[in-house]
Amino acid sequence: MPAVEISELTKDYRLGFWSKRRKPALDHLSLTVESGEVFGLLGPNGAGKTTLLKLLLRLIFPTAGSASILGRPVTDARAHARIGYLPENPYFYDHLSATEFLNYAGWLCGLNAAARRRRAGDLLERVGLAESAGVPLRRFSKGMVQRVGIAQALMNDPDVIFLDEPMSGLDPLGRRQVRDLILDLRLQGKTVFFSTHILPDAETLCDRVAILNRGRLQGLGSLQELLGASVESIELVLDDPSPHALEPLKSFATASVRTGNQVRLELAASNDVDAVLATALSAGARIVSLNPVKVSLEDYFLAHVQDPAGNESPRPGRK
Amino acid sequence: MSSEIVQAASRRAAAIALIIGFTASVAVRVHLDREVKRQTTPVMYVTSGETLRRLSFGYQGLLADLYWTRAVQYFGRQKLSGTGDFGELGQLLRITTELDPHLLIAYRFGAIFLAEKPPAGAGSPDEALALIRRGIAANPSYWRLWQDLGFIYYWDLKDYAQAARAFETGSRQPGADLWMKTLAASVAAEGGEFETSRLLWSEVYSQAANESIRRSAEEHLAAIKAAEDIEQLNRLLAEFAQREKRPAVSMEDLVRAGVLSGQPVDPSGVRYQVGPDGQAVLGPRSRIDLRLAH
Amino acid sequence: MSRIAAIAVHTFKESVREKVLYNLVVFAFLMIGAGLILGTVSVGINEIAFVNLGLSAISVFGLLIAVFIGISLVWKEMERRTLYNVLSKPVARAEFIIGKFFGLVLTLAVNTAIMTAGFYLVLWYEKGRLAAPDLAPLEAIYFILLQLTLVVGVALLFSTTSSPALSAVFTLSLYVIGNLLDDLRVLGEQAGSGGLRGLLRLLSVVLPDFGAFSDIAPAAHGELVPGGRIFTHSLYAVLYATVLVSATILIFERKDLR
Repeated sequence: MPAVEISELTKDYRLGFWSKRRKPALDHLSLTVESGEVFGLLGPNGAGKTTLLKLLLRLIFPTAGSASILGRPVTDARAHARIGYLPENPYFYDHLSATEFLNYAGWLCGLNAAARRRRAGDLLERVGLAESAGVPLRRFSKGMVQRVGIAQALMNDPDVIFLDEPMSGLDPLGRRQVRDLILDLRLQGKTVFFSTHILPDAETLCDRVAILNRGRLQGLGSLQELLGASVESIELVLDDPSPHALEPLKSFATASVRTGNQVRLELAASNDVDAVLATALSAGARIVSLNPVKVSLEDYFLAHVQDPAGNESPRPGRK
Repeated sequence: MSSEIVQAASRRAAAIALIIGFTASVAVRVHLDREVKRQTTPVMYVTSGETLRRLSFGYQGLLADLYWTRAVQYFGRQKLSGTGDFGELGQLLRITTELDPHLLIAYRFGAIFLAEKPPAGAGSPDEALALIRRGIAANPSYWRLWQDLGFIYYWDLKDYAQAARAFETGSRQPGADLWMKTLAASVAAEGGEFETSRLLWSEVYSQAANESIRRSAEEHLAAIKAAEDIEQLNRLLAEFAQREKRPAVSMEDLVRAGVLSGQPVDPSGVRYQVGPDGQAVLGPRSRIDLRLAH
Repeated sequence: MSRIAAIAVHTFKESVREKVLYNLVVFAFLMIGAGLILGTVSVGINEIAFVNLGLSAISVFGLLIAVFIGISLVWKEMERRTLYNVLSKPVARAEFIIGKFFGLVLTLAVNTAIMTAGFYLVLWYEKGRLAAPDLAPLEAIYFILLQLTLVVGVALLFSTTSSPALSAVFTLSLYVIGNLLDDLRVLGEQAGSGGLRGLLRLLSVVLPDFGAFSDIAPAAHGELVPGGRIFTHSLYAVLYATVLVSATILIFERKDLR
């Protein structure tokens, strides 16, 4: 059974209270997320990522189309027994401590008091907040709030976890922690469905990604499918080569850049790597590295997420 | 599609609860209404306007308006009920005017409500006098209250001397209409005459700001006109009897004898008749209440 | 059921941790205390004035509390998006509304109980002992609580559709109108045209009858309410609260949380 099944999902927002005109936030979107996948939802701000997640969490209702989670329609509250959700820029109750908040979350999931206490303790330990368990949430930093948000999403030991921009606003250390958590969840066989506009995160984490722009699906598949496995070019870095050592290599290179003592040469992938290396060594150059260069997600993104109106994307203007 | 069904079920449950709850609550509400009516709930617990004013924290104006509205409604309700019981009217008016001593309308119309004979009013001119006198004490230069005072003396107490004095005092207040002097003179000279009464009620009629008062004035004026007519018809009947040596048995006799040019009708359009005692009377279907002429 | 309880308890906890609430309760105590002073400076109305003022304080501050928490607690969950968490759990929207409502009623009940305790403490201090007629205020307080239950229902209904300021205005306006329904009915009977009369009659039956629960003045005179009325009023409050809550659910079920 697929973890998430989305079919022709459409959401229009009215432009104003009186206005008849509608702005499509999501346009006939169909996709399926298999169980056990880490699935990334990519797109610039305003692409419809949050709208899609809110539709899946029945926080808003579709104009057309349908979606189901683990075989149950999303509007069925029972579907939520096996999912967890971290909203974008989460905000939790000021008046509760982390433990009290997790207790409430667990209660809503139908856990009994003993199970709630045990699970809250485990999760706070896991997200590194065990020492702040009794501190009111209003005193938490943004990173701590994010982590307690992940903990509450995991209270019911869900099979499918939705995370809306889980890395945004975190420092490098915090991002690293969240990344590890997601990988950890995958190891446990959970499905993780997360949205992000930070592409390196997606590259390191995702089995498959969907790329959204202006409410439409622009691409869907594994990174390999999307970007292709082929090597696009080869990058050769030399340490302080003499001009006469560089000369014979120029014929292979499509570009060369000097940074400090190092020179980076970009070579067409069609070149014979052995020949290039032999030439370099015979000219007495010291080789720092030789790397095959693949298409990055960023390149793909820039190529596919072009704004039809000619505006630069990503655009501002999200609420 | 099944998502729609799940949601529809919960919406249907809420809608059913709404309809059943609503219907039942209306039923209970109607039942409560009847209970309230049956008990003839007391209108007031706090009976002192002064206390209320202290407790009203600066909103006494609004409170006075509310009490005045309640007084009007109480009056209207009791008048409709036809029991002639206006027991709490005086107190409601007193509270109103204690809350806001300058709420002139409460004195003026309140006095009329109080003074009118039952079942049209409370029939207690003494309370009306007290109310007006308090009004005069609080608003000494407002001449209309003197007019109302004179009116009550004249109409309800038949004390023409006091009435004339009230009109006269009023006429000396700033802004008083000139006819107040006329009224004072005419009441002093010929108290109880229809002409004076008509003058008084015409004035009430022309000033009436409220439909029920206007209608009441209209009824009084019609009654005065009828009483005058009857007086005149009786004179004609007496003349006829003297001349013809027999009493007239109907108005027809007077018309045939050329005394009247046509069948006389009262202000409600019903023909006058000759009663068994040979005196002019209202037709049985007349809507005039002659008691209002005096 | 467990989820409704969770939401109710959480709502109660949240409101109990609101500082505003304490201020209001303190003011209520001050006013109850002021009743003592009024009793000593006035003549002949000692106890009447004290009961009147004390019960009025419970009613007024109860009203303020009801409007305040009824409006702010749901709105805050929507505005700060804490509601996202609640609804991401296996909680039906109807359960959220019902839980909120009971949490609010629980808060009101506890607040009213505290103020009542204060009231009786002062009454006992004033009189030296308490006797059977002193139960009359308790009935009045029960009626106040029924009234507040409806107020909180109205506030809940408005708060799911409007901003707090507007909701407060709507709720208080409806409270005032709901206190004048008897006058509305009488007005309807005296109104000229049939259409207006019908409309006024309809309104007087359809709007929440807050006035039916005003029982302070008779209580001050030590009059007990007939048992039948306690039943009919309770029934009316339960039914009307059902109407308010289910209307709120109907609106809330379809609402996009943005």
